[in-house]
Amino acid sequence: MQDIRNQTMTDTALKAEKISVYYGSTLAVKDVFLDIPRNQIVAFIGPSGCGKSTVLRCFNRMNDLIPSARVDGNILFDGENIKRFDPVELRRRVGMVFQKPNPFPKSIYENIAFGARINGYQGDMDELVERSLKGAALWDEVKDKLKESGLGLSGGQQQRLCIARAIAIEPEVILMDEPCSALDPISTLKVEELMHDLKMQYTIVIVTHNMQQASRVSDKTAFFNAQATEAGGKMGYLVEYDETQVIFSNPREEYTRDYVSGRFG
Amino acid sequence: MTAQGIENKGASSGNFKQNLSGRYNLDRVFATAAWAATIVSVLVLVWLLFTILKDGLGTINWNFFTAFPSRKPEQAGIKPAFFGTLWLMAVVAATSFPIGVGAAIYLEEFATDNWFSRLVEINIGNLAGVPSIIYGLLGLAVFKRIMGPITGGNSVLSGGLTLSLLILPVIIVATREALRAVPNSIRLAGFALGANKWQVVWNHVLPSAMPGVLTGVILALSRAIGETAPLIAIGAVAFIRSTPSSLQSPFTAMPIQIYNWVGRPQAEFHQIAASGIIVLMVMLLLMNTIAIYFRNRFQQTR
Ligand SMILES: Nc1ncnc2c1ncn2[C@@H]1O[C@H](COP(=O)(O)OP(=O)(O)O)[C@@H](O)[C@H]1O
Ligand SMILES: [Mg+2]
Repeated sequence: MQDIRNQTMTDTALKAEKISVYYGSTLAVKDVFLDIPRNQIVAFIGPSGCGKSTVLRCFNRMNDLIPSARVDGNILFDGENIKRFDPVELRRRVGMVFQKPNPFPKSIYENIAFGARINGYQGDMDELVERSLKGAALWDEVKDKLKESGLGLSGGQQQRLCIARAIAIEPEVILMDEPCSALDPISTLKVEELMHDLKMQYTIVIVTHNMQQASRVSDKTAFFNAQATEAGGKMGYLVEYDETQVIFSNPREEYTRDYVSGRFG
Repeated sequence: MTAQGIENKGASSGNFKQNLSGRYNLDRVFATAAWAATIVSVLVLVWLLFTILKDGLGTINWNFFTAFPSRKPEQAGIKPAFFGTLWLMAVVAATSFPIGVGAAIYLEEFATDNWFSRLVEINIGNLAGVPSIIYGLLGLAVFKRIMGPITGGNSVLSGGLTLSLLILPVIIVATREALRAVPNSIRLAGFALGANKWQVVWNHVLPSAMPGVLTGVILALSRAIGETAPLIAIGAVAFIRSTPSSLQSPFTAMPIQIYNWVGRPQAEFHQIAASGIIVLMVMLLLMNTIAIYFRNRFQQTR
């Protein structure tokens, strides 16, 4: 018994067990089971409104901040139920990068130092800022203007600043919600390269609308879809979850095949 | 079908009647009307300034600043009123800013949406529209009578707290507006890094909202500096032979002094009333300049 538990602890970073999310009384996502393996990249794909962001927000309890949201089911992080974590502690260990780059309206340096400071970082701040910016492949571009506002950077640089900010507090998992959708192709490529490097140290879950991106960067892919409910709404569910290569070449479900080949609805 | 479509597009009239000249005429009529509205308000202001400067500039001299009120207009001065207003503004700023901004932060960032917070909200909105004399009566009952032993009765503290009450709703409403204008993505960014509510508000939301908050506070203080009725209601009088030396000192204020002089029959008093108005306006301008300076400082650091 102990052995099995240890094994799950080392191999699975996050485990969703029958997750359902409600906004008010409407069921937005139903019965999701997922294992996110450690040090791998998992992509969430699927049409808009099928609940990818909703499921992603469950992993760091950002849904707690939405008064109407309710999450049923359990999520295990390192084998422990995230309901037992303090959200502040959980969010230090499970970081997040948003769809629209959202640096703080402060200096580049401050953007990175803030998270470290509030989480009680004991080391050398200058060194941490440099290390994080290097980790996000941004150091060379900003090393001479650390005191300048983060809002003065280009969109792609801002997003990498947000990634630097996320890795500065040394999380184990990084959740990315369509991190490249507001970026030009060159910045997108930079962020993708970055994800490859980050994989060595972090577990990454990325929501993307870009099929090529999912197939390029991810190890496993989860395909979500939405079905109409009797009440006239839409309800998201997980259609298929497998190795990325399987999802894109030989999926089990007809829906998945249609979606990844662009023949969808 | 297609051919017809192309034909229509090529023709000058087609399915659209552009009526360009008519639209430009309307444009000009509207621009003229807006211009006229601006000119009217500017003219009224210029005329007001002109008459006041004409009446009052001649009697502004050193004596006017250093003398106490007097029965003889040529000897009368605004010293107690000037310092009274400075004291009042200090009390008002020191109390209304933290309380107003604090209440707004609570309502906007912390309070959950329930019947209590909604009740508070509606009441604050209504309070902003209550006539100032009512606040004066409230100040009379609470600060002068009930809390008299602490405030010293008819004192700078009572007056300042009364004016503070008067502008609190304005500050709260303006601050909430400013907080609401801060993009939610900033809050989410903070929470996602493991910040708690206080850290997000203090480090990110409030600094971003500060220019808007300060604008609201400036407007509110500008209203307070010109208020007369509530101060008269709590018993401030124009004839005082001393400047305040503590929070419990009796006081008078610029608008009370001006009001008193305007009410006299002699024309000379009307002239020094105009002088007083000029001084009050300069004080107001200075106050706004300082606040705008702070606001720009905050905007730069963003
Ligand atoms: N804060 C919210 N409040 C109410 N409903 C929401 C909220 N966020 C998302 N939803 C609903 O949940 C469903 C899934 O949304 P979302 O997770 O954003 O989908 P996706 O990211 O796949 O586009 C949608 O029907 C959406 O309208
Ligand atoms: Mg989404």
